[in-house]
Amino acid sequence: MELEAAKMIGAGLAAIGVGAASAGVGIVFGSFLQGALRNPAAADGQQGRLFIGFAAAELLGLIAFAVAMMILFM
Amino acid sequence: MAAESKIDPMHQFQIDPLFGDLGSPFAFTNSALWMLIVLAALWLFMLGGMKRDLVPGRWQAAVEGVTGFVISMLDTNIGPEGRKYAPWVFTIFMFILFANLMGMMPFGILPGVHPFTVTSQFTITGVMAIISFSIVLIVGFWKHGFHFFSLFVPKGTPFILKLLIVPIEFVSFLVRPFSLALRLFVAMIAGHILVKVFGSFIVSGLNAEGVMGPLISLLSFLFIIFVSALELLVCAIQAYVFALLTSLYINDAENLH
Repeated sequence: MELEAAKMIGAGLAAIGVGAASAGVGIVFGSFLQGALRNPAAADGQQGRLFIGFAAAELLGLIAFAVAMMILFM
Repeated sequence: MAAESKIDPMHQFQIDPLFGDLGSPFAFTNSALWMLIVLAALWLFMLGGMKRDLVPGRWQAAVEGVTGFVISMLDTNIGPEGRKYAPWVFTIFMFILFANLMGMMPFGILPGVHPFTVTSQFTITGVMAIISFSIVLIVGFWKHGFHFFSLFVPKGTPFILKLLIVPIEFVSFLVRPFSLALRLFVAMIAGHILVKVFGSFIVSGLNAEGVMGPLISLLSFLFIIFVSALELLVCAIQAYVFALLTSLYINDAENLH
């Protein structure tokens, strides 16, 4: 297989990781919403942790994107 | 990727010297110009709000709102000693916020004149992350000496687990500045590439023959509007997350758990 074709396939496979990260981010926000709808008074105090969890989950998705870019262009 | 086509989503991130080469490391580039523009915007914002009216007008209320937000974030995450980090955390929060928002400005009519997102360069986010991490290290070692290494050993773990956990914690600590820089930079790049690629679909659709072309252009245009709204939210969230994580890492250094 030529290098260019292998690069394309590799980048496509790495982009699947981005979809997996979207599931993770959805879980973070979904759990927050579930808890917040049961106990709305306590929700505002936990907003900081919500964004920390979102940042952590999104970081791994962005790392997958960075890997795809590295495969394509390096 | 799109080497043959004329539509290049990566062109918006290219750094060009603006006034010719003044001797190669010192060329004044479009990146430097946009950093100056962000500085000017931020300066004007703060100047407009630094009055001392007892009943604040809207501008002063906005500036006070932002400073209060950063200080309350430091208070919540670090405690009473957090005040002294307010200049740094406020600086990075406002700089990243303004730089992200300036990159989203919608003018592209004159050829060659386009907004440049300062924080889409890994060097720039990397420098901010390195400074944040250096603050963590310097404060940690100044305040606690070698006891700082107890950060990697959670209390009350059995010895066997300690052997596993300490290297993992150590590596995760070292990855922190890299992750701070990478998160902001890739979020900005990914959003802008997405918008640019769908923008190229609009142009291709209008140039295509048949009925589907303009329809795809219209759908892409609507998509771009919603993605840009999401991007504005992501700009604010990424600025907040950078400042929040910086204050959390400083809390680790100050209070060692």
